[in-house]
Amino acid sequence: MISAPDVVAFTREEELEDDLYREPPLPEEYSVPLFPFSGQGANPWAKVAGSKFTRDFILISEFSEQVGPQPLLTIPDDAKVSGTFDLNYFSLRIMSVDYQASFVGHPPGSAYPKLNFVEDSKVVLGDSKEGAFAYVHHLTLYDLEARGFVRPFCMAYISADEHKIMQQFQELSTEFSKASECLKTGNRKAFANELEKKLKDLDYTRTVLHNETEQQKKANDKGYYTTQAIEKANELASVEKSIIEHQDLLRQIRSYPYRKLKDSEFHPYEPECALDRADVGSHDQDPTASEPGETHLYTHVPSYTPKLIKAKSAKCFDKKLKTLEELCDVYFFTQTLDQLHHIERTFRGDVCYLLTEQISRALLKQQSVTNFLFEDVSFLDEKPPEKQYRGCQGLGQDVMDEKCLEESLAPKVVISLGSYKSSVECVPIKMEQEMEDSEEPKMSESVMSEQQENLDYLDADIKGSISSGESIEVLGTEKSGSGLTKSESQASLPAMASPQAGRSKVGSRRTVSEDSIEVLSTCPSEALIPEDFKASYPSAINEEPYADDDERGLRFTPRANLGVHHGQDDISKQESLVQVDAACCIGKESPSFLEPLAEQLGQRPCEEDGVVRIPPQPYRGPAEQGLRGGFPSHQGLSGGLLPYELDSRHLTGSREVSKSSLDECSDSTSHISSAASTCSDRTPSPAQPACAQPGDRHRKRAGQNALRFIRQYPFAHPAIYSLLSGRTLVVLGEDEAMVKRLVTALSIFVPSSGGYTKPVKHWVTSALHLVDFQKWKLIGLQRAVSPAGVNVLHALSRYSRYLSILDADSKTLRCPLYKGSVVARLADHRTQIKRGSTYYMHVQSILTQLCSKAFLFTFCHHLHLPISEREPEESVVSRRMNFLKLQLGLANEDIKIVQYLAELLKLHYIQEPGQGGSPLLRFDYVPSFLYKI
Amino acid sequence: MLRWLIGGGREPQGLAEKSSVQTIGEEQIQNPYTELLVLKGHQDIVRFLVQIDDCRFASAGDDGIIFLWNAQSGEKLHELHGHTHKITAIAPFSSSDVAEEKTNLIITASADRTVIVWDCTSGRQVQKVSCFHSTVKCLTVLQRLNVWLSGGSDLCVWNQKLDLLCKTSHLTDAGISALVELPKNCVAAAVGKELIIFRLSASNKGSEGWNILEVKRLVDHQDNISSLVSVNDLTFVTGSHIGELIVWDALDWTKQASECNFWDSSVHQDVQPEIKLSQSPHETSVQHLTSDEECVFAAVGKGIYVYNLQMKRVIACQRTAHDSSVLHIEKLPNRQLISCSEDGSVRIWELREKQQLPAEPVPTGFFNMWGFGRTNKQANQAAKKVQENTPVYFLELVGDLIGHSSAVQMFLYFGELGLATCSADHLIILWKDGERESSLRSLTLFKKLAQNGDLQLKL
Repeated sequence: MISAPDVVAFTREEELEDDLYREPPLPEEYSVPLFPFSGQGANPWAKVAGSKFTRDFILISEFSEQVGPQPLLTIPDDAKVSGTFDLNYFSLRIMSVDYQASFVGHPPGSAYPKLNFVEDSKVVLGDSKEGAFAYVHHLTLYDLEARGFVRPFCMAYISADEHKIMQQFQELSTEFSKASECLKTGNRKAFANELEKKLKDLDYTRTVLHNETEQQKKANDKGYYTTQAIEKANELASVEKSIIEHQDLLRQIRSYPYRKLKDSEFHPYEPECALDRADVGSHDQDPTASEPGETHLYTHVPSYTPKLIKAKSAKCFDKKLKTLEELCDVYFFTQTLDQLHHIERTFRGDVCYLLTEQISRALLKQQSVTNFLFEDVSFLDEKPPEKQYRGCQGLGQDVMDEKCLEESLAPKVVISLGSYKSSVECVPIKMEQEMEDSEEPKMSESVMSEQQENLDYLDADIKGSISSGESIEVLGTEKSGSGLTKSESQASLPAMASPQAGRSKVGSRRTVSEDSIEVLSTCPSEALIPEDFKASYPSAINEEPYADDDERGLRFTPRANLGVHHGQDDISKQESLVQVDAACCIGKESPSFLEPLAEQLGQRPCEEDGVVRIPPQPYRGPAEQGLRGGFPSHQGLSGGLLPYELDSRHLTGSREVSKSSLDECSDSTSHISSAASTCSDRTPSPAQPACAQPGDRHRKRAGQNALRFIRQYPFAHPAIYSLLSGRTLVVLGEDEAMVKRLVTALSIFVPSSGGYTKPVKHWVTSALHLVDFQKWKLIGLQRAVSPAGVNVLHALSRYSRYLSILDADSKTLRCPLYKGSVVARLADHRTQIKRGSTYYMHVQSILTQLCSKAFLFTFCHHLHLPISEREPEESVVSRRMNFLKLQLGLANEDIKIVQYLAELLKLHYIQEPGQGGSPLLRFDYVPSFLYKI
Repeated sequence: MLRWLIGGGREPQGLAEKSSVQTIGEEQIQNPYTELLVLKGHQDIVRFLVQIDDCRFASAGDDGIIFLWNAQSGEKLHELHGHTHKITAIAPFSSSDVAEEKTNLIITASADRTVIVWDCTSGRQVQKVSCFHSTVKCLTVLQRLNVWLSGGSDLCVWNQKLDLLCKTSHLTDAGISALVELPKNCVAAAVGKELIIFRLSASNKGSEGWNILEVKRLVDHQDNISSLVSVNDLTFVTGSHIGELIVWDALDWTKQASECNFWDSSVHQDVQPEIKLSQSPHETSVQHLTSDEECVFAAVGKGIYVYNLQMKRVIACQRTAHDSSVLHIEKLPNRQLISCSEDGSVRIWELREKQQLPAEPVPTGFFNMWGFGRTNKQANQAAKKVQENTPVYFLELVGDLIGHSSAVQMFLYFGELGLATCSADHLIILWKDGERESSLRSLTLFKKLAQNGDLQLKL
């Protein structure tokens, strides 16, 4: 996958941008054959889509009591999207697998109809004939006129890529839950209104009837009741009963606990309050615990003229059913649509892009100590969908970590406890296995298989209870496990394992059967995490031991949600420290340093043609890695750091990149992330190009400009060194556009000092002052002929010791000498990288390496402070230099880069959150040289 | 090196001047200041910096505001508002009441004819006096007597509570330009060309009363006295606008030695009129004097001169140490000297003994400091000095600090905390030893780590 951008680069696309540097065409025998599916979302793992629709879309369907299942709307609302895909047929399919145990109506032994606040159900189903796979989210809305007061709806995310649905299940589920919650909120409001109106009608009717009865009584002095009078009396009685029923319904709907609405009546849908939302589930279970403050939501009633209700209600086929919009209140309906559009945008494109993006996000989160330096802050700040408490990201692991340690000695208890418990205990199995590495595979495997058997066994139970008919095979279902009663939650345990069992079924089934629909799995809203593709070829998925799955799937616990974010920070800090200590004795321990990484990479077999067959895999939580290697967070980065220096030529200089072998640890990191950045480039979203993340465009452009810069200017190295070592670089020129372009190109090398923006000033026309050098590390400066321009130049010469000056007009550079090697890797002018975004990611990966070096250097206690009190300062200094030179393998000026980054790290860490702290300017008294082309 | 950049941008005059000033280039191994902090706050020229204690200093200037700063972190501690015009004098005053802890005060005088005493800890105004008839131009604290003196058109003596103890009659409209404490309860005041010695004597009435008497007037200077500094208990030195330097006996106020025209090495001034022309009176003015036990260091015009008190002659000089007038010089403990100038730069010099025999080629550093334009004369001078057969010293430029965009008015040396400079560009810059700061930050970092409990291994 890594290779994809480069390979593609040879074939097409950025020729326009690149024409200046286009190399002579390659001889035929060297050229890479075009990837057959490069047309849309090209990547080597793209599945041959046999589907009838061009891209993923969202379908909302209803099981109408009048006409049966029918599609309501699609997002995007474009006929082209669904193409020849039969929406009606598919609606029928997805509506027929609603396993909600929603019971509305008169429960036995209850006088009044009871509203059941049922949980949504979430299932994944596939239709191999249609080539469609869908995540289906069923929900029920209340409608007074509907049968049983309920209207079943479902929202489905339909994709041709099964793996996407499976791997993104958790994310889809979270996002769709939001949409559903929004719909239901609006629906409750509308339903309450409707009930109130109805009550008024009934009240009015009762009054009318009562009057009539009274009149009849008066008029009737015969002493017996006419049939007419009896009828009226019956009617009155039924109206009164109806009133009581409706009042009860109203009470029920109002008692629905909805904490979010306490604050404001009309902002129930807030993506930010996702954490709260997670709570809602547990409250749902307990409708009696109503909070009086919430009822005000439904008290707002517009003036309404009551109508007389006829005794006999109309036949249900005569009346027109309410539309979804009417059911949910316009405001909430549009909110929901927004949310669905958001979902569509988020999940479009190939799954590998989504995964790599998630991986890089998750990894970045752990680098909170260093990631401010080079990462796009907006990228970090922007909240990825519920990353905070997503189990599959391993971010909820703080709880788990502790548990793991406690219980690592008793790994075999799997079933007897509740689901949560079992999840905890499954982890150590994995741990042990990993720790012992593959030397004792048999033993751990036996544990595995034992567990597997148990799971299978349990799974069979479930399957038996639900499977139905030939065309639909239900492999496992489950309702939300959270907040259920004790017995229920125990029952839910086996279902935790169902996805594996389900998948193993799928594997065999797909080859033999012609079934059009398979329900691949259904699962509780939070419990299931889709599996990663670990096998070397897809059909082998089921052969993999599933310990991993268990671990990942079960690692998530709703309870871990709260405070995980905090915990995360702490953890990464702790982890940092773990590394610090280790770094002190790096020489000894470097093998173990590498081990986890190699292991990880070992799972990526390459085929003979050198193409990596394995798409990116979901992020493996740091918990396991941490326990294995002792380097939880920066493992992937620091692992490749020391002994395996990045062989840049491999990456930048040749197309052999694609042969990602075991030792190219750093490469693989960069490759994974490069895919993420290219995501937007190739996401098949012609309809809404603006939807691509703006950061991506910028990155791509900056990368392209940077590539151009390093090719065009032979003195790119000292210029980049200036930026990396904190010496302000002034780009001087007459042409604003050219200067700005250069500044953009170079800005990717500028370390940020922790503020929200990079210290880059694109265009300045006035004379610079010392304060500017404190604030900006890269400045585009106008060269003017006017007297003011003379001042500008005078200031430049005056402060020349703080500056490197790149003259864009005369193509000269005045800056200190650079003799290190880091920048050479960073900016190889012979690089074969063609795409801006690829180059950007290449730069990022090397900068991340630098960051981790700076991190080690900064947080290694004995490098900065004496070990004993009597130790002279000189020995600390020499130890420090030794570390930089020998352990970190830095030479010459590279040391200064790391030292500068280390200072930034220190400042960032020391800085109190409240105060910004005055920026300080560090500089060296070093001679500058003039470089010319 | 920058010629390609600047082109012919700079005016030729500037270039001509430049050529005569010693430059050090960008490689400055001995310059420890590799980190700087810009302290912003003042709205106008910052003229005064005064040290309060080990880590605090105050700055004041034409905007009438006094800022208190932390010299280590650069943090602004207090902003003292009270004067409506520019500050003309500032003096620290640590009042040590018996059985009370020491409080740090500063006294400021302003052109609005007021004097305010501030408490440095609270940042509050302690007291304000506004009964002056003229601007107070200098303030001197006689710590020993627990009084302070203000010098304007007359000389007033105040006690710590700001009671006026006594005052002299109206001396001059121009006012007292400098005050220095002398032994035996005497003070020397520079009033125009005259140096007036006053004596403070306890009045008969009470312990708190003091009388001030004029004891002597010294009229040896030909021009206005511009600087006045006490060397030790026995000696003080004055310098005038036309470059006279007079060493006085502090006890009997007699002239011990005087150096005139020492800014010009040539005895025959008339022989080279073109040189004379460039030496305007301003350029020979003794701007500032400082001293250690052995030597007096004088900032004369653009140059720096080292006058040895025992040998009674100039032992080393740097005729054009800066591009324009040197405003302030200070001697550091390690034989180094710092000077700041109107050209916006601060330079660090080291006084070195020259060991070469006269026959040996003159090293460039030495050669440079005489400037290129006057080879014949400098040969002259060198020959003369060697003949005297005494150790020859020279001032070696070891570093320069460029940061201010306008005249550097003053600086304050804080030892290892660094150096604070103030300038007409409204800024104060704290120059710091980057190495030291870096290790301090590491220390803070690990302290904070321990404090946050991040040092413990958690899994």
